[in-house]
Amino acid sequence: MARFIVRRVLYSFVTLFILSATIFLIVRLTGDPVALMAEASARPEDLERIRHQWGLDRSWPVQYVTFMENAFKGELGKSFNYRLPVSQLYFQRLPNSLTLGLAATLISLLIGIPAGIISAVKVNTAWDNVAKGIALLGLSIPGFWLGLVLILVFSVWLRWLPTSGAGDWRHVVMPAVALGWYFAASMLRLTRSSMLEVLGSEYIKLARLKGLPDFVVIAMHAFKNALIPVFTLAGVNMVVMVNAAVIIEVIFAWPGIGRLLYEGIFQRDFPLVQGVVIMAGFMIVAINLVVDILYAFIDPRIRLTR
Amino acid sequence: MAPVLEVSGLQTHFFTFGGARVVKAVDGVSFSLGDGETLGLVGESGSGKTTTCLSIVGLLPRAARIVGGRVLFEGDELTRMSQRELRRVRGRRIAVMLQDPMASLNPLFTIFRQVAEPAFFHQQMRGRTLRARVQQLLKAVRIPSPEWRMRDYPHQMSGGMRQRIVGAIALAGGPKLVIADEPTTNLDVTIQAQYLDLLKDIQRETGVALIFVTHNLGIVAKMCDRVAVMYAGKIIEQASVRELFDDPKHPYTRALLGSVPKLGSKEPLYSIAGQPPNPASLPPGCPFHPRCREALPRCASVDPPDFHLGDGSVARCWLLDDAVARP
Repeated sequence: MARFIVRRVLYSFVTLFILSATIFLIVRLTGDPVALMAEASARPEDLERIRHQWGLDRSWPVQYVTFMENAFKGELGKSFNYRLPVSQLYFQRLPNSLTLGLAATLISLLIGIPAGIISAVKVNTAWDNVAKGIALLGLSIPGFWLGLVLILVFSVWLRWLPTSGAGDWRHVVMPAVALGWYFAASMLRLTRSSMLEVLGSEYIKLARLKGLPDFVVIAMHAFKNALIPVFTLAGVNMVVMVNAAVIIEVIFAWPGIGRLLYEGIFQRDFPLVQGVVIMAGFMIVAINLVVDILYAFIDPRIRLTR
Repeated sequence: MAPVLEVSGLQTHFFTFGGARVVKAVDGVSFSLGDGETLGLVGESGSGKTTTCLSIVGLLPRAARIVGGRVLFEGDELTRMSQRELRRVRGRRIAVMLQDPMASLNPLFTIFRQVAEPAFFHQQMRGRTLRARVQQLLKAVRIPSPEWRMRDYPHQMSGGMRQRIVGAIALAGGPKLVIADEPTTNLDVTIQAQYLDLLKDIQRETGVALIFVTHNLGIVAKMCDRVAVMYAGKIIEQASVRELFDDPKHPYTRALLGSVPKLGSKEPLYSIAGQPPNPASLPPGCPFHPRCREALPRCASVDPPDFHLGDGSVARCWLLDDAVARP
């Protein structure tokens, strides 16, 4: 088990290294940030001075090495736009994003898993068709459109919920629904197909032949086996919802990481974009590690063979 | 004495394409089984053996339905029971072993849990009593040091052991009838022989009746008291093992016996010409007539009835029409 974890951690470092290089290059392809940092009337000498001040006059490899050195020390650089350390900005926004991401994850799990199970157990019935309809709507309705409709209905017409911003639980409801909706649908489809596969297996047939109650067959024998792929997706989805809920956060003016990233991209704020992406990558890697370790608790075969 | 199980005129059909296509997987099957008796159910793949077994316990695929006949088990009519009532029969009074021991055990649960379930749900055993019961069952199927092995998971056991675990699960509810659906197909031959001996011993000790589904005639000769040969959803011949092997009445049975390889024989292996018929579009008359070397003209138009012969065997073949007086 220890060796398994060590190996996973090493792989994680490789992943993060590749990610850092990729994002470093990509932000630099978006254009010259100095043009946005200086005033319109700035002279070429001023631009040169700013460029030098931020170290942007050095070659890319040198910049990258500096960036990586600082990253290892836990410093992600200073934002061009805010003139504050990126890590400070990130951790300021993180609680908001976690609240939204977790609420949306909860919604996606609470809708997706039970509906997926019902749909698989009652396959090819009216129940299944309803669930398939929900999945289709979930995957095809864009989050921003749903967000706007929610605002129109619950804020403008009914005046139940605030349109935007952060505050108490009422502020979370609409962005969490708009964000979790799509993921609920993907959860539903995965749970359904995973359950269908397990329900067709011989050991489920034998469980039924033992005369076990349906609840035991479905909720224990089948669901536990169907859980592993569902689990993986839930972990990755959560990280995406925490770090990349860009559109939803912009629509609901939610002060989260997604909006920070959005602003960073528009301002060509290299350190900010790099920092947010690296942190998201770090979180994905960490969540995957946790999910892998949890597998071992669900599945004894993983426990022993790796 | 009344038989444990009496199946009469059982018909199970599959309805596909919204009922547009009907496959008569089991079409008028009748047999009965006494206490402690073993019936072999033989036939090629797709002849309806497995569907017959699943019809008895009422656990059919969604597309299949029992459309006629009766299944009388210890005086209860199973085809009229609700699923709720059937659940109290399955695992407790009738146990089924499936074809593939590797796939029949849930990979995520311990052996203990899987063997204990029937006793837990049917006999309400708990705690120490349940543990003792599981150990006793594992001992009965000759799992060494059961108190340790019961904490293992299926992947930690060999194929032969897993099959014995499946046997222990079948016995856990204390059934009167065990249906074994080709339980040894996936085991190698030496393990097969051991397992069959074990089944025989257990049957002797517990007195359960056994339906043994197989396409291996050697196993039938070793295990069974009586044999029913199935072809295209019907039992075409039924007799005691001795009678069937010594004096097969139906040309199909003769062909089957003729296609068993003989040790030391230099002759090419005999095989039955043609393919088993497509159950969705059976030929008119006797379903075997296109492959039958002794077919009569009327075989192509009229399906033969059961002919009851003096020695207690039954066969469906027009060749027997002259040999017996119709009942």
